[in-house]
Amino acid sequence: MQVKPGSRWRSAVDTTEVVVVRPPKGEVSLECGGHPMVALGSDAPEGLTISPDFSAGTSVGKRYVDAESGIELLGSKAGTGSLAIDGRPVELKDAKPLPASD
Amino acid sequence: MQTQLLLEMAAETIGDREAYTTVEGTLSYADAFHRAKGGAALFHRLKGDTVVFLGHNGPAFPLALFAAGLAGKPFAPVNYRLADEDLRKLVARTAPSIVIADGNMAARVHGIDGVTIVTREAFEAACDDEDNHKEELPFVDQDIAVLLFTSGTTGDPKAAVLRHGNLTSYVISTVEFMGAGEEEAALVSVPPYHIAGISAVLTGTYSGRRIAYLHSFAPDAWVQLAHAEKVTHAMVVPTMLARILDEMERMDIDLPHLRALSYGGGRMPQSVIERAIKKLPQVDFVNAYGLTETSSTISVLGPEDHRAAFSSDDAHVRARLGSVGRPLPSLELEIRGADGTTVLGPRESGEVYVRGEQVAGEYLHKKMLSDDGWFATNDSGWLDEEGYLFVEGRLDDVIVRGGENISPGEVEDVLRLHPRVRDVAVYGLPDDGWGERVACSLVCDGDVPSVEELADWVKSRLRSTKTPENWDFREELPYNETGKLLRRVLKSEMSKGVAA
Repeated sequence: MQVKPGSRWRSAVDTTEVVVVRPPKGEVSLECGGHPMVALGSDAPEGLTISPDFSAGTSVGKRYVDAESGIELLGSKAGTGSLAIDGRPVELKDAKPLPASD
Repeated sequence: MQTQLLLEMAAETIGDREAYTTVEGTLSYADAFHRAKGGAALFHRLKGDTVVFLGHNGPAFPLALFAAGLAGKPFAPVNYRLADEDLRKLVARTAPSIVIADGNMAARVHGIDGVTIVTREAFEAACDDEDNHKEELPFVDQDIAVLLFTSGTTGDPKAAVLRHGNLTSYVISTVEFMGAGEEEAALVSVPPYHIAGISAVLTGTYSGRRIAYLHSFAPDAWVQLAHAEKVTHAMVVPTMLARILDEMERMDIDLPHLRALSYGGGRMPQSVIERAIKKLPQVDFVNAYGLTETSSTISVLGPEDHRAAFSSDDAHVRARLGSVGRPLPSLELEIRGADGTTVLGPRESGEVYVRGEQVAGEYLHKKMLSDDGWFATNDSGWLDEEGYLFVEGRLDDVIVRGGENISPGEVEDVLRLHPRVRDVAVYGLPDDGWGERVACSLVCDGDVPSVEELADWVKSRLRSTKTPENWDFREELPYNETGKLLRRVLKSEMSKGVAA
């Protein structure tokens, strides 16, 4: 699928939603709970169930990265499914907040 | 990623929490998101490609910012302190546009071609009007979030372009989502048309820290609001801080809730920050350096740095109190020589260059980034061995005397330490022999010290080439309304004096 920067996606099997902070190099399959995510605002295929291998959960306000494709995602809504790119689980990006400056 | 998603996330996660406060009342995140959607419906319906904001601080400001984002129209806050003629010229440049104007300001921009005026009251009513919440708005793919007219200490204001991606990149890479405690409140007194006003909305919303707005800055009102709202965080420009400290002493008010005070937007006199650290020992001080064109902060001197510098016997470490700290880990920063390509080493002074996703480096119709993404800040500075950045001022302000670069700030800092000197500006004047010579304008308390005494004061602390040769004493120095010293004004006045 074409994953553009700023585009928003939702899980087909749980409440997870993400926004693409940095796009991948080339096309990838963006997945949550073991199934391809769908563009926010479009219908998800019915009858799917969450895969136990991808059920560690996604947090709101956390950033997730996949080194191979270069994609970076931000959780915009929490859910029970976990994110993957082409079947590879994403990694949580370690972010050190700065002292408030504005 | 678009800026309005920051509010949507806050609304869905901590919707009931208080978001924006003024004397008129408080909005929660869920309220604010709901109302912003109502405002967006109004913007969608009205003609005009840009949403201009002409008004004071208050919840209408974040509402208009997010509503403009939702409607896919760039948001352009403008400076209400401009003279009528300049203001009208600026607003005319935004046409076709919608102008949200405070009731008492609307008449000032009346009758400009292609400009639709909506009063602040009418805008707020539209946000709340249920008719504006009946339809889902279509998604608009608009890249530009904010157009910000630079303060223009030189020449006509330029419209800096800040894209949604620049701003959200800054927010999500520096702020922890919902990282603020429920009791935290930030006092925002910088005006809406200042980059710090924009970034305060975005980082405040994302961190979940309530914003208490002051309509506009006045030192007594600032202290009273900070006290009444149990403010924990605030950002000030240097000229504000000295006046706040004076006012705290005059009114005998302590601010026991204040935990963090950040400052930026100009050079902080070392004497003022040392006084602040003594007066507010419980407060974490943060010095932030940034530009409009970089979506706010690019370098930070944090609380630990302040404490280490303040208590150190090592002159190099102590000097860091005068630095702007270290660049954010999410971007790259270099000091380059006059050729614009040679990267300089520690303690070599040159132009500050920066690269990263938050760096917009763009004006309307004019991209200022190099092909490989670097932005030349036009600020002069240097790095120490540990990577602390010392900003010397605008490149144009640096005095070049006989091939030697002299930073006005360095000479000003020394003069300000003199017990009789209240305020000072150092600048270059044309000189037949040296190209430029060092000149200064001073405001003194009590009896004016002799020029000889002042010259010796500088000479004994710096060196003779940095000692001013022209001395001008006056009642006050010219500042613009965001506290930036207008050296250019002094320079041009005094240059005429030299010619005559």
